[in-house]
Amino acid sequence: MSEASANDRREQVLRILAPVGVLAFGVLAWDLVVRINAIPPYLLPGPGLVMATLWSDWGILWTSLLATLATTVEGLLLAAVGGIGLAVLFNQSRLIEHSLYPYAVILQVTPVVAIAPLLLIYLPQQAAVLTCAWIVAFFPVLANTTLGLNSVDHNLADLFRLYGASRWRMLWELKLPAALPQMLAGLRIAGGLSLIGAVVAEIAAGSAGAGSGLAFRIAESGYRLNIPRMFAALLLLSLTGIVIFMLLSLLSLLLLRRWHESAITRES
Amino acid sequence: MAPSSSAPVVALRGVGKVFGTGTLALDSLDLEVRGGEFLSLLGPSGCGKSTALRIVAGLSEPSRGTVSWQDSDRAHRSIGFVFQEPTLMPWATVFSNVFLPLKLEGVDKAAATPRVMETLARVGLAEFAGAYPRELSGGMRMRVSIARALVTAPRILLMDEPFAALDEITRFKLNDDLVVLWRELRTTVVFVTHSVFESVYLSNRIVVMTGRPGRVSSELLIDAPSRDATFRTSAEYAGYCRLASEALGRAMGAGAAA
Repeated sequence: MSEASANDRREQVLRILAPVGVLAFGVLAWDLVVRINAIPPYLLPGPGLVMATLWSDWGILWTSLLATLATTVEGLLLAAVGGIGLAVLFNQSRLIEHSLYPYAVILQVTPVVAIAPLLLIYLPQQAAVLTCAWIVAFFPVLANTTLGLNSVDHNLADLFRLYGASRWRMLWELKLPAALPQMLAGLRIAGGLSLIGAVVAEIAAGSAGAGSGLAFRIAESGYRLNIPRMFAALLLLSLTGIVIFMLLSLLSLLLLRRWHESAITRES
Repeated sequence: MAPSSSAPVVALRGVGKVFGTGTLALDSLDLEVRGGEFLSLLGPSGCGKSTALRIVAGLSEPSRGTVSWQDSDRAHRSIGFVFQEPTLMPWATVFSNVFLPLKLEGVDKAAATPRVMETLARVGLAEFAGAYPRELSGGMRMRVSIARALVTAPRILLMDEPFAALDEITRFKLNDDLVVLWRELRTTVVFVTHSVFESVYLSNRIVVMTGRPGRVSSELLIDAPSRDATFRTSAEYAGYCRLASEALGRAMGAGAAA
C-alpha cells in the first residue's frame, strides 16, 4: 500500500470517527448532566430514557413517521416536477419568465409558518400540509435549474444550431443534461426543505384538529408533558432528514460520477 | 499540390458586421473560398477573422453584403466547425460526442456506428470511444472535436484558432495530422489563426487581415509540395514565414493608422 492511499484511508476513517466521537461525547455529557443534577424526566429525560421511549412507543411513532415521510416525499416529487417544469418553461419563453418569476420569489420569501394556517382554512388538511411542503421545496429546484439551463456553453449551443437542432432536441440533448448538476444541487436542498414544510404545516394543523405526523406527535406530547416522547419523535425527524439528504447525495453521485467535477475524487 | 477545383465554394462580397454595441467588426470583406484549398485567415486578435468564420457558418448574420454558396440549396452546404475550445459535451462519451451531428441529422445509432468509429480511427482515438472528455488530454479532446466536425463528411471545414490553447509539441503534432487529414479527405478548410508559422505550414493560401475594422490586407500563396518536418526546417519555409510576418506587420500598421 502506497503512502498516498494510506493517507486516504486515514482521512476516510477520520471522517467517520470524528463525528461519531463528538456524538458519543455529547450523549455522555447529556447523560451525566441529567444523572448528577437528578433532573426529572418531564424537564429533561436522559438519553437512555429517550431510547427506551423510542422502543416502547415504536408503534405510534412509526405510523407517524410514515405519515410525515409520505408528505415529505410527495412534496419533494411535486417540487421536482414543478421546479424543473417551470424552469424549462421560463427558459423557453421570456414572457412567461417575466410574468411568473416575481410570484415564485414571493412564495419563497413569505414565511411558510404564516401561510400554513391560511391554507388549512381553504384546503383539506392533507392537501394543505402537502402544499406547504411543496411551497418551501420547489423554489431551490426552480432557481438552480434555471441557473443551469442558462449557463449552457454558448459554443455548444452554436454547434447544435449549426446542425439544425430543433428547440426540443436542444432542450433534451443539451440544456437538460448541462443543467443536471445544478438541478441535483437544488433537489438536495429541496429534500430538507420539504421535510421542514411538512413539519411546519403539521404543527399548524395539529393545533387545529386531527393529525398523525411526527410533528403532530411532538406538539401533542408537549401538551401532555410527555417529554421523552418529544425527544424520541425529534430524533426520528432528524434521522429522516439525514437519510433524505444522503439518498439525494447518492443519486447525485451516481448520475454525475463519470463526468462532473463535483462528483470526482481526484488522485493527487 | 494545387487545389482540385478553383471554383469558389463560398464567396463573401462586401460583408460588413456591426455588433449591437456599435463595434464595427468587419468592413466590406471580400473573400472567396475555393474548392479543395486550405485557406488561412491570419490577423491580429480582434481583427474580425472569427466573426468572418461565424458568418460563413451561418452562426452570425452579416449586417451588409452577401454570402453566396456554389450550391444555392442550403441543405447542400454541409459545414464542419471546430471551435477554439474542444466544446465537447462533458456528460457524453467520446463516441456520443462524435455521433452528435449524425444524431441531429436523424441517423440512428446502428447506422452511424461504422462512420463514427472510422472517423475516430482517423484521428487516432478508436480505442477511446467509451471514454469521457475529462479523462482525455487537451490534445485528445481537440482530436475528438475535429472528428465530430468531420463525421458528416462536410464540404467545408471551418476552424477557429483550434490549437491556440495547446502546448507547442501537441500543436505541431496536430498540425501534421491535420495536413494528412486534409490531403486524404480532399475537403476545403478555412483556418483562422494568429500564428504566422502555423498558417504557413498548413495553407495553400493565406489571407492577411487588418484589425478594427476587419478587411483583407493582402494575400499570400504558399506553393510548397510537401508539409512535413523537412519543410518546417527548410529555407523555403523560413522565407514564406518572413513574407507572412511582413504582410502581417503591414496589416497591423495599417490597422493602427486607421
